[in-house]
Amino acid sequence: MTDTTSQGGPGGSPSGEETASSFSLGDLMRSPASGAFMGLAMVFIVFAIFGFQRNFLSVGGVSTWVNFASTVGMIAIPVGFLMIAGELDISTGAVLPASAMTVAITSGYYEMPILLGIFASLAVGALIGFINGMIVTRTQVPSFIVTLATLFAVAGLTLTLSIVFINTTQTSLSAPDWAKNLFGGRLLGGFRSSVFWWIAMIVGFIYFLHKSPWGNWVFALGGDQESARNAGIPVQRLKIGLFMLSSTSTAFAGVLQTIQFNAATSQANFGMIFNTIIACVVGGLLLTGGFGTVMGIVFGTLTLAVVQQGIGYTEIDRNLSFLIIGVMLLIAVLMNDTFRNLATSWSTKKK
Amino acid sequence: MSSGNPVIELRSVDKSFGPIDVLHEISLKVGEGEVLCLLGDNGAGKSTLIKTLAGVHQPTRGEILMDGQPTTFSGPRDAQARGIATVHQFGGTYPLMSVGRNFFMGVEPTRNVGPFKVFDREKANRIAVEEVQKMGITRITDGDRLVGGLSGGERQSLAIARAVHFGARVLILDEPTAALGVKQAAHVLRIVNEAKRRGLAVIFITHQVMHAMAVGDHFAVLIRGAIAADFRKGDKTREEIADLMAGGESMADLEANIEGYMETHDGHPPQPAA
Repeated sequence: MTDTTSQGGPGGSPSGEETASSFSLGDLMRSPASGAFMGLAMVFIVFAIFGFQRNFLSVGGVSTWVNFASTVGMIAIPVGFLMIAGELDISTGAVLPASAMTVAITSGYYEMPILLGIFASLAVGALIGFINGMIVTRTQVPSFIVTLATLFAVAGLTLTLSIVFINTTQTSLSAPDWAKNLFGGRLLGGFRSSVFWWIAMIVGFIYFLHKSPWGNWVFALGGDQESARNAGIPVQRLKIGLFMLSSTSTAFAGVLQTIQFNAATSQANFGMIFNTIIACVVGGLLLTGGFGTVMGIVFGTLTLAVVQQGIGYTEIDRNLSFLIIGVMLLIAVLMNDTFRNLATSWSTKKK
Repeated sequence: MSSGNPVIELRSVDKSFGPIDVLHEISLKVGEGEVLCLLGDNGAGKSTLIKTLAGVHQPTRGEILMDGQPTTFSGPRDAQARGIATVHQFGGTYPLMSVGRNFFMGVEPTRNVGPFKVFDREKANRIAVEEVQKMGITRITDGDRLVGGLSGGERQSLAIARAVHFGARVLILDEPTAALGVKQAAHVLRIVNEAKRRGLAVIFITHQVMHAMAVGDHFAVLIRGAIAADFRKGDKTREEIADLMAGGESMADLEANIEGYMETHDGHPPQPAA
């Protein structure tokens, strides 16, 4: 939870004068990202050994799982923010197709400018997040139930409206070249532009959660909401904002996917819900809130991607990937407790 | 002890929720550098009284005066802005956050890095540790330490130090020692004395008479929403206060009854009525 946690991963400390103390063992150990990083390193090494003959380490192999990670990751981080704030958002599984269909119908079927389609799509995402946030803050209903309800409501609405507007549940979109390159291109031999968007978003999210004062408030929400309110933190507005951030990020992922594959479907993506939550938990977030780092979620996402997608480039049986994820999740949850205890009891002995 | 003018004063304040009267005719005042101990059993209306003082509830009748001026608080934020700080039993601290971040929650110090505002961790940690140490908690030396690793008393002290640092004039402590062991409670009581020495008006809510006697200048006993007794330090003994809190039923009588029962029943105490 210290500032140094965000620097636990690659990147290092931006402020040189404190570098020496930033990398002390204590700071590393109490970072929730360290467990996630070790998990990623372990999985990566094992897969690299079994995949050495099967192109796991080739550009094609690496880009496959990194591309997958970028989509999951840009949704998982803001979902993780909600988890840190003590809430949960599972409506992402429906926001993804809703936003994809919005951009495809607007800019594909009706042939409006692509920017308008993207804007409409992000607006749909923001609106769903706003509704989630309003219901969660105005009622005492747990956010799991609220977003479960919006998940199904939005999924149903997407299917129905698709039929109403274009009389089919999927459609194509061919974006102009500049948009195709910017949002759905391939670079450096196979990496999708979504990877670079993801990296940019990681930087922004790290600033938000670990550097800006607002990040403090997010942790406070998950730590003790009543005290946070007493400390003068705009609890309700912050929560609504976080829900909007999560669904807008999801919508952006939907836009990227649609432009990349030139097509959108209105089928709900239930797998994405699990993927984001697994990424967060493997990344060291506590389901009870108040603890976690952006880099932890990034490591969790990459681990998940290696196991789910990278497995095709190894000699490990593809069918084992779910088993591996299940075991990993369990280990992560058990480890998280240990790490939290270490974190609270650790006191650095700086003279 | 009091420097004459009360910082905060209640004048015959009543509070009712619908038809239920919770507080009747409460009058009390606390001056600078004075500790008012508010004693009362569970359900005596202590929480309602605190919430009225902290701006959560508005009095139904009667008035609140600050520095002699009648005031109304529009809400808890308003009361806070005017220097009324409430520290609850668990101190309003976040266990999985560092000492520095806890201390500055909601009022984070920032420095500019390019166009961005960045939480100034060094400054936050330094000030937090300094302030906590000034209050006499010397064990906290590392501002990066997570609050969850501190003892209950230290967390409580951190919250009090925070209130003092941010310019509180009236400190309301809601059962700060209730969940603490003897040593930890002594810790908190020392902090209360320190706050008093610095000229804060302290309202100390407790049902532990011993703790109240250790720091209080002035005592008020609350029974069923009314002030049943109001006296100064040294006016009453511990037993008398305990009796008052129990609702006038004398503890001594109760003890005598039990002893009498035990004598006639081979030393067995009476069974509590199921």
